Amino acid sequence: MKEPERITLDLVRAHGLTEEEYKKIKDMLGRDPNFTELGIFSVMWSEHCSYKSSKPLLRMFPTSGENILIKAGEENAGVVDIGEGLAVVMKMESHNHPSAVEPFQGAATGVGGIIRDIFTMGARPIALLDSLRFGHLGNGRNRYLFSGVVGGIAAYGNCTGIPTVGGEVYFDETYEGNPLVNVMCVGVARRDNLVKARANGVGNPVLYVGADTGRDGLGGASFASRELTKESDKDRPAVQIGDPFKEKLLLEACLELLNTGVVVGMQDMGAAGLTSSTSETASRGNSGMRIDLSLVPRREEGMIPYELMLSESQERMLVIIKRGKERETRRVFDKWDLHAVPIGEVTDDGYLTVLDKDTRVAEIPAKFLTEDAPVYMREEREPEYLGKIKDVSISTIPEPQDYDDVLKILLASPTISSKRWVYEQYDYMIRTDTVLRPGGDAAVIRIKGTEKAIALTCDGNGRYCFLDPYEGGKIAVAEAARNVVCVGAKPLAITNCLNFGNPTKPYVFWQFRRCVEGIADACGILETPVSGGNVSFYNENPKGAIDPTPVVGMLGLIEKMDFICTPWFKKEGDLIILLGECRGEIGGSEYLQLIHGLKLGRIPRLDLERERAVQDTCLEVIRAHLVSSAHDCSEGGLAVTLAECCISNSGKERGAIIELEAFPEILSIRMDALLFGETQSRILISCHPRNFPQIQRVARRNKVPYARLGVVTGDRLTIRKIKKRVLDLSLKELGEKWRKGLSHGDD
Amino acid sequence: MQKLFQAKVYVSLKKGLADPQGSTIKEALESLGYRNLSEVRFGKYIEVKLRAKTKKGAEQKLKEMCGKLLVNSIIEEYSYHIEEKG
Amino acid sequence: MKFGVVVFPGSNCDDDCYYVVRDLLGEEVDFIWHKETRVEGFDCLILPGGFSYGDYLRTGAIARFSPIMRAISNFAGRGGLVIGICNGFQILLESNLLPGAMMKNKNLRFICRFVNIRVENNLTPFTNLCQIGQVLKVPIAHIDGSYYADHETIGSLKENNQIIFRYCSEEGGLAQESNPNGSKDFIAGISNRQGNVLGLMPHPERASESILGSEDGRLIFESVVRAVKG
Repeated sequence: MKEPERITLDLVRAHGLTEEEYKKIKDMLGRDPNFTELGIFSVMWSEHCSYKSSKPLLRMFPTSGENILIKAGEENAGVVDIGEGLAVVMKMESHNHPSAVEPFQGAATGVGGIIRDIFTMGARPIALLDSLRFGHLGNGRNRYLFSGVVGGIAAYGNCTGIPTVGGEVYFDETYEGNPLVNVMCVGVARRDNLVKARANGVGNPVLYVGADTGRDGLGGASFASRELTKESDKDRPAVQIGDPFKEKLLLEACLELLNTGVVVGMQDMGAAGLTSSTSETASRGNSGMRIDLSLVPRREEGMIPYELMLSESQERMLVIIKRGKERETRRVFDKWDLHAVPIGEVTDDGYLTVLDKDTRVAEIPAKFLTEDAPVYMREEREPEYLGKIKDVSISTIPEPQDYDDVLKILLASPTISSKRWVYEQYDYMIRTDTVLRPGGDAAVIRIKGTEKAIALTCDGNGRYCFLDPYEGGKIAVAEAARNVVCVGAKPLAITNCLNFGNPTKPYVFWQFRRCVEGIADACGILETPVSGGNVSFYNENPKGAIDPTPVVGMLGLIEKMDFICTPWFKKEGDLIILLGECRGEIGGSEYLQLIHGLKLGRIPRLDLERERAVQDTCLEVIRAHLVSSAHDCSEGGLAVTLAECCISNSGKERGAIIELEAFPEILSIRMDALLFGETQSRILISCHPRNFPQIQRVARRNKVPYARLGVVTGDRLTIRKIKKRVLDLSLKELGEKWRKGLSHGDD
Repeated sequence: MQKLFQAKVYVSLKKGLADPQGSTIKEALESLGYRNLSEVRFGKYIEVKLRAKTKKGAEQKLKEMCGKLLVNSIIEEYSYHIEEKG
Repeated sequence: MKFGVVVFPGSNCDDDCYYVVRDLLGEEVDFIWHKETRVEGFDCLILPGGFSYGDYLRTGAIARFSPIMRAISNFAGRGGLVIGICNGFQILLESNLLPGAMMKNKNLRFICRFVNIRVENNLTPFTNLCQIGQVLKVPIAHIDGSYYADHETIGSLKENNQIIFRYCSEEGGLAQESNPNGSKDFIAGISNRQGNVLGLMPHPERASESILGSEDGRLIFESVVRAVKG
């Protein structure tokens, strides 16, 4: 690559900067930037790095709480205190656009990036979760993307020895051409071992550690900030090849180095590689940094400063150590056969100074690139489509003739069906800490050396947010919290990934604001502050914006592992109880979409106080050892939840007989709305009959309605209304449908 | 009259992309004492025997196969050797 | 007695094995870095699972040249006990300390799930606490786990009772459906001729506590302790 002779406005625009932004750069510097500096500004001021469209709104999130040690935005990931001197570090990130072009490597490098965000803080990564969305599975391209993404996550996660323990997969035409690949990583550290991404101490050496630099991803941060079009297939340089082996070496070496006490600060080279790591550490440390690019190890010849600064080559870290500790540092990296090259030092002039031997190639005050990046209040406008879809009367929806058929169709649908095909490709057992494996409401990971365990889940619903962004945002948080409660954990904090369309479109920005408000309100009432997260804009394809899809990653804490609750029915004779009430809300449901082909209606209302009460009740009865199982009601409604409780424990399926008269609402709600409506704040539990009175007392004390629906028995799922059979299927039939959804016809 | 052709296809990652397997293998060879290595690249080898009227026709078909299935043109490049088999 | 857990670049299950030996069995254990050239004072060496060298080129192909492997070979030659688990088994195969080779699973995908294996020989230091035909519930987690050896080698393995574990059904029967990866003759684990080196694809260290789903794997470690301590 050669440097252009002069900087034209076309060149500025090609870098994703506006004319106003370019003028601002000139004003701030007091001169024209050179080509390298233009590149540096363009990546640091890109949407992906600067959050310029989202920062003002993200301030709505509650970020502090008694368990929050390091708040969102302060460092690479948020940190939550879990007691006994231990801290959980967690974050979720998206890699949507690269995965659309090259699914295997796009997903793999996404995993690589989020893992580095965790161990860069001094925490050993102990779990991964993935939230994936694709277009309809019937389409060959989507099958290809799906297989590739799962394969890439498996290859990278398994090789680095971190269990992938949970996640979700959705299929909807809104994600056609623009799949969503959100990966969450969670790590554990001792509180006093946490490392910050700050450059401090004048003269302290700055080390480049890890893989050689190549021309990977040049323009990648801008790639994420631009829409995908048919042209994107030619965006070859923006796809990188991950090296999970190198990552594993980096992980072990960095953690080992941290124990020696020589590390002042550390940051992974992620988006915009050298540029972001140097400017961000200098900016956070209120210091400066000087580096010499001629010292950077490279695998290509003839790389110019612009390329070296913007390269997104994977598996590289920036490490700032105490002066004089070079030998100890070298010893650790030599042991692991890793490059560790001093490329510069910390200064106190506030500048990011980039040299190439003796030539100064860039000189920018670090804060110009970070704190002083522009921030925009985008125009917003409520979308017109909302007015047309809000209300749908159930009387306009034809009632199904055969409820057995409806349930079979729902269970076999890719979004609802068993995800075994996915998670059996992930090593979810590595580290021997996975106490509750994939397939439940949340994964549970024990913390050896303590009696504690953490519960993890990720949840989101794009269709709800399309129909009602505010309510949908609330529900994403509520459902995630409900899921960890169902395994016996107390919800502590969330991370999140906000996937939206082009924010310069007023209706998209309106959707974004409303979702953020919903999430913020729910986090407030449920007391689960936001520990950090990621925003992914420009998720569009030639046909339009995706449904607004905020994904919430929830962390829950189990203080004593003596009872972990699973969702499946256990013993013949156990009673089946629904906590919460049925309101027959079918708006936005899977039932409405799959059976009637409709995506409309008022989505289920979420009453946060009721939600809280239901969660408190459930947690209390689980911890008092009163229940045999607990499962949250979500996609597909009550009937699907019941079926899952019956069949999801392979080899130990249990039938049930349900009498719908137990519901006072039975007379006023139509049968399909009752069975398949997705009313919120409901948990299905089962218990030994002798425990029922106590459960009733707890529910009443929390003012939570409940209904005793039936009993665990036999080998069929039978739902009756006043002796008349509404639904009656054998466990074998239910299981066959549910297990088939995703598999390709083999095993 | 159809002739039998044998094609040998060599697939590797595009130049310029990171080749973790190639560089790891190079390091391993170096640790075994082979010092004068300039580069090691890792790839796949696929053999395809096909019938066609002419060599040109066979090449044409082979290039189609590579484009459609054998090679991921996003990240891979390929070369091939094709000859008529007795 | 003392166990040694060998750590290669890319090993992942080293901590898990260490934990079982030290915390569950209460036995002395040390990590041995792959660059060491001597093994002294150990009674049993464990080559743990993982992705040594990323499984690049071929799984186990590069790790077999680690400095420690010569010492391990001598140790085995002297009768020292060696257990290769998953990637460890693959390294032992590439090093020719065990016969045969590993190929890709028949479904070409990574498989993580609990399976059943049957004890075929309980006269080894690794299975002396088991019954012949006993079914153990242990998990597998691999993509290259299909054991292959030529006809002659399989014959020799059978003749010398070197087949230690076979994949089976819950009731102990042999059937294709219970063979998760297509291994020849349902082979899940084998030993060398002398019977002091064991290689198995399933992970016994992941089945040593009931909270994780099974305690059957523990028998293998406990058998070793019994073999050494008497």
